[in-house]
Amino acid sequence: MTPGDLLARLQVVLADRIRETHQQCGDATIVIGRDDALDVLQVLRDHPELAFEFLMDLTAVDYLGRTPRFDVVYHLYSLSHNHRLRVKIGVPEEEPWAHSLVPLWKAANWLEREAWDMFGIRFLGHPDPRRILMYEEFVGHPLRKDYPVAKRQPLTPERDPITVDWKFNG
Amino acid sequence: MASTSRPASPVELDPTEEIMEIQMGPSHPASHGTIKFNLKLDGEVVVDCDIEVGYLHRGFEKMAEQGTWNQVIPYTDRLNYVSPLINNVGYVLAVEKLCGLVVPERCQYIRVIMSEISRITDHLTCLGMAAQELGAMSAGFLLIEAREVLWDLIEAVTGARVTVSYTRLGGVTNDLPPDFSERLGAAFAHGRAILDDCDKLLTRNRIFYDRMSGVGIISREDAISYGLTGPMLRSTGVSYDVRKAQPYSGYERFDFEVPVGTTGDNYDRFLCRFNEMEQSMRIVEQALRDLPPGPITVDDPRFVLPEKHKVYGSIEGLMHHFKLIMEGAKVPKGEAYQAVEGGNGELGFYVVSDGSGRPYRVRVRPPCFLGMASLGPTLRGGMVADIIPTFGMVNMIGGECDR
Repeated sequence: MTPGDLLARLQVVLADRIRETHQQCGDATIVIGRDDALDVLQVLRDHPELAFEFLMDLTAVDYLGRTPRFDVVYHLYSLSHNHRLRVKIGVPEEEPWAHSLVPLWKAANWLEREAWDMFGIRFLGHPDPRRILMYEEFVGHPLRKDYPVAKRQPLTPERDPITVDWKFNG
Repeated sequence: MASTSRPASPVELDPTEEIMEIQMGPSHPASHGTIKFNLKLDGEVVVDCDIEVGYLHRGFEKMAEQGTWNQVIPYTDRLNYVSPLINNVGYVLAVEKLCGLVVPERCQYIRVIMSEISRITDHLTCLGMAAQELGAMSAGFLLIEAREVLWDLIEAVTGARVTVSYTRLGGVTNDLPPDFSERLGAAFAHGRAILDDCDKLLTRNRIFYDRMSGVGIISREDAISYGLTGPMLRSTGVSYDVRKAQPYSGYERFDFEVPVGTTGDNYDRFLCRFNEMEQSMRIVEQALRDLPPGPITVDDPRFVLPEKHKVYGSIEGLMHHFKLIMEGAKVPKGEAYQAVEGGNGELGFYVVSDGSGRPYRVRVRPPCFLGMASLGPTLRGGMVADIIPTFGMVNMIGGECDR
């Protein structure tokens, strides 16, 4: 399926749940609402003609100065049909949250932890919302555009590995 | 005799009575990068495993936003530093997709050749290290020797062994040296002899087989749900390879096979990697045989620096050079995602441009990050000693996983 065919097919299946589409550089892209994202992505995964089995990537982009400020970007891939789709949702600065996709894809667990760590976007329903690349005491979210690149972090006391109660639910 | 207050012998305590919490890492000799396993053990059985990554986080994605598009290329070397050329190629392909640039055929062939040599060095490192950690010292040294020969070859082309920075927007930095063909023939002959030896030393080695077979099994459904790609996915029998599924840089011209496994255990992953090396050599030989003549960079002054004699010999050339260096190539506004097949699986670059000379956002989809996400649950229920081969077969590269 070409990106154009795929978008036409998606218009039929998802109808008014798609807010916007484009196919820049041959990448089919849809923008959907944040509230029904979980349902829409489940349709994308389970619909036999779409069958996006892979959540290839999950990330966010900070468009500082725009409303909504953030985009959460999902890259999906269908193994059975060999096509790709980019799904975007807008996330406002005042309520930086999105629904967690962990019920649909296990890959979402670490990818959402990274998006939280780097952009400060909460994923509702995430089973293990810890930071992943940064340490727990880190202040701020480094990939936000208003995080200065040369910012220094406060020194944190050394953690005693014996007394720290490690969480085991990864 | 006076009685001593000697404590009860530790031997009499039953260590299996309680769950023991142990932290393995972050600087364990078998943890190639720096990584920490927080383990809960019942005797020697892993009850729970929580993995901490991020020790090698250097803020690649933040740094990429600070310079021009071409200035990101040296950072990409430091992602997967055992196959840096694939990262170089993946990044420039993503930006070229955004610019709508199509590079000359010769450049595509050179990129394929260099990517495949890198894939072999990647697999040699992974297998060599895994063999060494299981005690097969000689096989480990042999595989690393084969890698050295290939790194010499990469050095002859790019001028560096690891930090190659070989590609540029719209091309590559320099052409293959005139004696490349002979050097490659010698290196591959040497490599094939070593692989033959290692086939005997590892593939059909009783100890190695017993340590690898039936350990670290991931089902096909789990592998897909975890977003695993590359040898980890193919070991479960799914024949997904970006080079076949969505060819880039002219991979559709070459005849090669994609080795797949059946059970999804460590031995299958080992075999997938081992057999992929021969396929990569086949691709390199075909590409070198059909290597077309012609330029190695695209003829587009918007993105490519002028030749040096123009820079030093004419004011227009100097201005052109100055504008491209100081302001950077103006990449059209938009977004693009380009996947390439890295050593560990699908290496994706998602680039967003706001139309200025600097990247607005560069996102890497690191294949071994998702491999590490699947590792904790895979290790559960296994033995402590099995952590090493299973972790070794994920081939976690700190630079790529933590960025």
